[in-house]
Amino acid sequence: MSEEPVSGGLLSERVEDIEIHLLLEGLYRRYHYDFRNYAQASIKRRLRQAREQLGYRSISDLQHDVLHDPDMLPRLLSYLTVQVSEVFRDPSYFKAIREKVIPHLRTYPSLRIWIAGCSTGEELYSFVILFREEGLEQRTLFYATDINQDALAKAEAGIYDLERFKLFTENHRKSGGKSSLSDYYTAAYGKGAFDKSLRNRVVFSDHSLVTDAVFAEMHLISCRNVLIYFDRPLQDRAVGLFKDSLARKGFLGLGSKESLRFSEHAGSFSELAPGDKIYQRLDR
Amino acid sequence: MSDTVPQAIVIGASAGALQALSALLPLLPADYPLPILIVVHIRPDRDSVLAHLFQSKCAIRVREADDKEPIQPGTVYFAPPDYHLLVEQDHTLSLSSEEPVFFSRPSIDVLFESAADAYGEALTGIVLTGANEDGAAGLKTIVDAGGTAIVQEPQGAYATAMPEAAIARCPQAKIMTIEDISAHLLDLGRNHPGRNSRS
Repeated sequence: MSEEPVSGGLLSERVEDIEIHLLLEGLYRRYHYDFRNYAQASIKRRLRQAREQLGYRSISDLQHDVLHDPDMLPRLLSYLTVQVSEVFRDPSYFKAIREKVIPHLRTYPSLRIWIAGCSTGEELYSFVILFREEGLEQRTLFYATDINQDALAKAEAGIYDLERFKLFTENHRKSGGKSSLSDYYTAAYGKGAFDKSLRNRVVFSDHSLVTDAVFAEMHLISCRNVLIYFDRPLQDRAVGLFKDSLARKGFLGLGSKESLRFSEHAGSFSELAPGDKIYQRLDR
Repeated sequence: MSDTVPQAIVIGASAGALQALSALLPLLPADYPLPILIVVHIRPDRDSVLAHLFQSKCAIRVREADDKEPIQPGTVYFAPPDYHLLVEQDHTLSLSSEEPVFFSRPSIDVLFESAADAYGEALTGIVLTGANEDGAAGLKTIVDAGGTAIVQEPQGAYATAMPEAAIARCPQAKIMTIEDISAHLLDLGRNHPGRNSRS
């Protein structure tokens, strides 16, 4: 690689920022995918990765193909949406759900649970298994939503690399699991497939926290490690959407490094399990 | 380059990190005028242990980084276990649970590359002891953006692979002993116009 003079380096950096801005604007206007208010540092990193790995010289070249060829869209989206999760990720979160939230939920005759930004489904299966263990699955409807159709299809398939199930099993045990995770999946050809009965009560749907609205009244919303990819105003929009979706005294679970502390909606929630980022909607 | 007022320091360390950082951070005064952002490779379940450990040893403020937090001078920020730490253009922090890089989350490269974008020539990047190659590409990005690169002298490092990889990728880097690095950090602070004027 040739050494660029410092000023040239800085100049090309600014061009890249312009390109990123234009690409995100184009994605929105052409396909209505709105990444314009995502936290920029991470988006920039992932667009650089996409440019490199898809073999483009510049982000403008990538933009040209994405705008003119709808088949390019899912390929780019797989870079722009982060798909990294585990079954029962952060076991202490699920332990807190089990111990502090489930007793409240038992008092309702029917329940609606929303896994917002469910990605490839790991979080969803964790909740369905937990609710089955607690005897609540049959009275619950689970909504699993994401903006990425490919991720939703994977969530609906419920098939993961078998080697990951060792960690999933360990997580499940630490979360206070009352059964064996192996009761819920079948292993074959290096893959583990979750039992299709786990999907009996699940609705999979395309939904954007950026551009879409409330669609049902929820008793529990779990949205972990999604808000960190948004800038502050967009975080406020999403939390406002959760607030408006929650029944009175409904619950909101966030990622371990996410909080409502700086949110304009902080006053509408109380902290139920502060360390585990579980909030409860206040009456007012 | 000498007219540029330094705005931030980023440090990456892996195997042997505790010992190396213990020779640096406790020497910094409470009114140190620069922020220091640090990625240490650590097991994902070791909750906040680094910030707690160094808080008690240091005069300078030490915390675990929070998402969307404005970066303050005179503060050491550790990346939380199991999250990447990034710097935004407006000098706030972002966290991310994107894929690990070199099997590491947090990743030194991710911090260095985003900080290089945000601070340009006003950034100093330091690669310390470690047993993998994380940080080498990030240090190169810092130099390409006009910033300063420092690497711990491999002979004195607990693990040599990471400083060696950084030097190979980034021959312009200044190679220093841990003592020289601490003296350099103190100099950066002493000569800084923001000294004693932070709110």
